[in-house]
Amino acid sequence: MDPRCFIWSVLMVTEKNMRIYYYKGSVVIFGLLFPFIMFLTFFIGRNLDLVLFFPGFLGMMLFFSASSTGPLITPWEKREKTYERLVSLPVVIESIILGDILSGAVFGFVITSLVWLAGSFILHLPLENPVVLIAAFFLGSLAFASLGTLLSSPATNTPSNIMMFSNLVRLPLIFVSGIFIPLSQLGEWAWTNMLSPLTYLVDLFHTAITGDGVYSPILDSAVLIIVILIFATGAKVIQQHNLHSGR
Amino acid sequence: MDVIETRNLYKSFGPVPAVADVSITVKKGEIFGFLGQNGAGKTTTIRMLTGVLIPDSGTARICGIDIQQDPLEAKRHMGVIPENGTVYADLTAEKNILWTAKCYGMDRASREEKAREILIRLGLESRKDDLVRTFSKGMRQRISIACAIVHSPPVLFLDEPTTGLDVISRRLVIDTVRRMNREGSTVLITTHNIEEANALCSAISIIHKGRIIASDSPERIRTQYDTSGFIEISFEQKIQGRTLMAGGISRVEPIGDKWRVYTDDADRTVKDLAKIAEQNHLKIVSVATSTPSLEQAFIEMTEAT
Repeated sequence: MDPRCFIWSVLMVTEKNMRIYYYKGSVVIFGLLFPFIMFLTFFIGRNLDLVLFFPGFLGMMLFFSASSTGPLITPWEKREKTYERLVSLPVVIESIILGDILSGAVFGFVITSLVWLAGSFILHLPLENPVVLIAAFFLGSLAFASLGTLLSSPATNTPSNIMMFSNLVRLPLIFVSGIFIPLSQLGEWAWTNMLSPLTYLVDLFHTAITGDGVYSPILDSAVLIIVILIFATGAKVIQQHNLHSGR
Repeated sequence: MDVIETRNLYKSFGPVPAVADVSITVKKGEIFGFLGQNGAGKTTTIRMLTGVLIPDSGTARICGIDIQQDPLEAKRHMGVIPENGTVYADLTAEKNILWTAKCYGMDRASREEKAREILIRLGLESRKDDLVRTFSKGMRQRISIACAIVHSPPVLFLDEPTTGLDVISRRLVIDTVRRMNREGSTVLITTHNIEEANALCSAISIIHKGRIIASDSPERIRTQYDTSGFIEISFEQKIQGRTLMAGGISRVEPIGDKWRVYTDDADRTVKDLAKIAEQNHLKIVSVATSTPSLEQAFIEMTEAT
């Protein structure tokens, strides 16, 4: 396979997704409004230090925005019957998966960067480690865009089913990742935070902004890279199976 | 040169195979018809040929490139109009074509020129900036065709391209297929419309219950399976069918206000019918002869298996 053709096919899928899916209602609701409203719900009326809370909010924003386009794309295309046209173009299943991941990652990266810029401007947020901040943006957006693509992989042509399924997976992760409930208050359930990839992203943001991350940034980054590989491989296995079964 | 070649393609979605050992070869420059009833295995075969479905076994080569071994390269040689001819409803007509052309690696100048030319040819120039979701089924099918031919592919696959279209859109699809073929594309078209296949194709394969049951030119298949033709005749007066029975006539049946007379020797029967009309003082309103049809051959073949 010619690598240039492959990269081109990934970029073409990404371009198509950016043109079509960024403006869909469910992406705007679950990718932008939902985390923002959750933030307001938990923050307003409580005596929380906004600077301390901000890394968690950034993590949640990146988590929701990056993982919101992926679950929509494949079910939507199967419902509209454009998926068959897409597969018959010069693309392979890997280009479709990487294109879906890239478009989700770009969406998450841009939105969350704007939120960070606005936060820095208004709240005069500190920045302890810019390299870790960039790593957090890159790895976090790719990891959760991969999660979105994995969630969209089961054979269905009903986008609302996948959106419900994705929230079923995403919402519990919010509560075990130390965003709203401090890890120290999770008690005997504290171990669950280690199972959530969001924990490591929030920890990276803490290291970058306040300098008080719990784990080493190398460990956080390594976990996120492994998560990206697991989610992307899982999506490929499922979508390849769908091509075999004709679903 | 064989442009499309399949060897023992096999696909099953359960205990019954959807496609079993399908081997076809399509030569350069042919319009090849893949005929079959609904559910016969046409779409499953075309989906395996275009890389949309992975076969359980067997191989498919497009311009000598194995679609499973090198899908990117194989797909660059083909244009596909899938069943229902869907395109992106949230993009404009022109954006659909331009994006597809970009996928095939065309440079900006050629894709813009080609898109403009095709939009004019398909009568969609004035709607190029409208979202496809506002289009009728026929217009969407035209955009689907435009996307499939924008890169002038050596091989064009069409899956039931005229199903559900009005007469004008249907004619446009058929004209485009002929034009692409004249310009050098080899065409594989699936259809259950036998007359369409008869009018378009230089070679056909008939698939039934997932297996190829005949492969040849439409003319040879037609004559191979049925040697009888018929004459349709109508009279001003009402008559009984038995009045028309004469030598060489196998059966007579009423069709609307006409009589259909089945015969092995049309020339002799026409003369006999003229004599019968003369003797019985009948005034002939119309008479038409018909040679054995591909449809008849198709029915005989599929009923026999």
